[in-house]
Amino acid sequence: MDSGLSEDPVALKILIAGGFGVGKTTLVGSISEIKPLKTEEVLSDRGIGVDDLDGVEGKTTTTVAMDFGRITIRDGLVVYLFGTPGQERFWFMWDELSYGALGAVVIADTRRLTDCFPSIDYFEQRGTPFVVAVNCFDGVPSHSIEDVKIALDLEDHVPVLMCDVRRRASAKEVMITLVEHSLRTLTTAL
Amino acid sequence: MNVWMDDEAGPVVRPYALTRGRTRPSGETFDLIALVSAVREGGSGPEQEAILRAAQSPISVADLAVELDLPVGVVQVILGDMRDHGLISVTSQVGSRPSERILKEVINGLRAL
Repeated sequence: MDSGLSEDPVALKILIAGGFGVGKTTLVGSISEIKPLKTEEVLSDRGIGVDDLDGVEGKTTTTVAMDFGRITIRDGLVVYLFGTPGQERFWFMWDELSYGALGAVVIADTRRLTDCFPSIDYFEQRGTPFVVAVNCFDGVPSHSIEDVKIALDLEDHVPVLMCDVRRRASAKEVMITLVEHSLRTLTTAL
Repeated sequence: MNVWMDDEAGPVVRPYALTRGRTRPSGETFDLIALVSAVREGGSGPEQEAILRAAQSPISVADLAVELDLPVGVVQVILGDMRDHGLISVTSQVGSRPSERILKEVINGLRAL
């Protein structure tokens, strides 16, 4: 309300994507205060393979919690983290979420790498800058970053890094890598 | 009677009853990180009053939903009504690229966490 006096507040949005149970909630919780954000998802018959998303408003919706965290950089500069809905049948929610996003973190688990393909495809198609964070679970033989890059068929400029989403320092490194990548994307696009 | 009305039972009123069944706000929708500021008093109903109280200084749509403990979609519809009545102003930088300076500030801020 007093926008002539100080700089306008800035809010930035970062998405956390990846397959179900890969560590999205843990990552958001490691680096920010998780808040219980409710959203709606469409109830559909699980027995049917493909959801027809036409006429979604006519279907029954159910309220679900969505991962949401906030990192206050300083007064008037806040980074918001949103976990993308776990299942790909909620694509229509991704569009609203990803519009204007600074970038995305795709969390990958080498035991089931294919789970993160849809997220990668999505951000590639939308031109959203993203990094791939390979979550190293206990006792899992580690793969080299190069192997993961090849397996995911990633473009060279896409950063891939190992992480442990439970550790704050590791979560921080992931976020910093993403913002640096977004900054590079921003400056090369100009 | 009260045993039916705890947290696990869910809300007594279905969320979209608050919006009279509407699932989209009138006019342009609000991004989750659009910032809402209260402009004047005079909200109708407890939800609008709560939004005006919470938006004394700019607050994001997502934070409002958390504050009110309501689904984002419901809050977006209520905000649409409030915008129509000139109760709030909404600013969104979504769609405009953040400056290099801001991003560098974010990187330094993250390092300092």
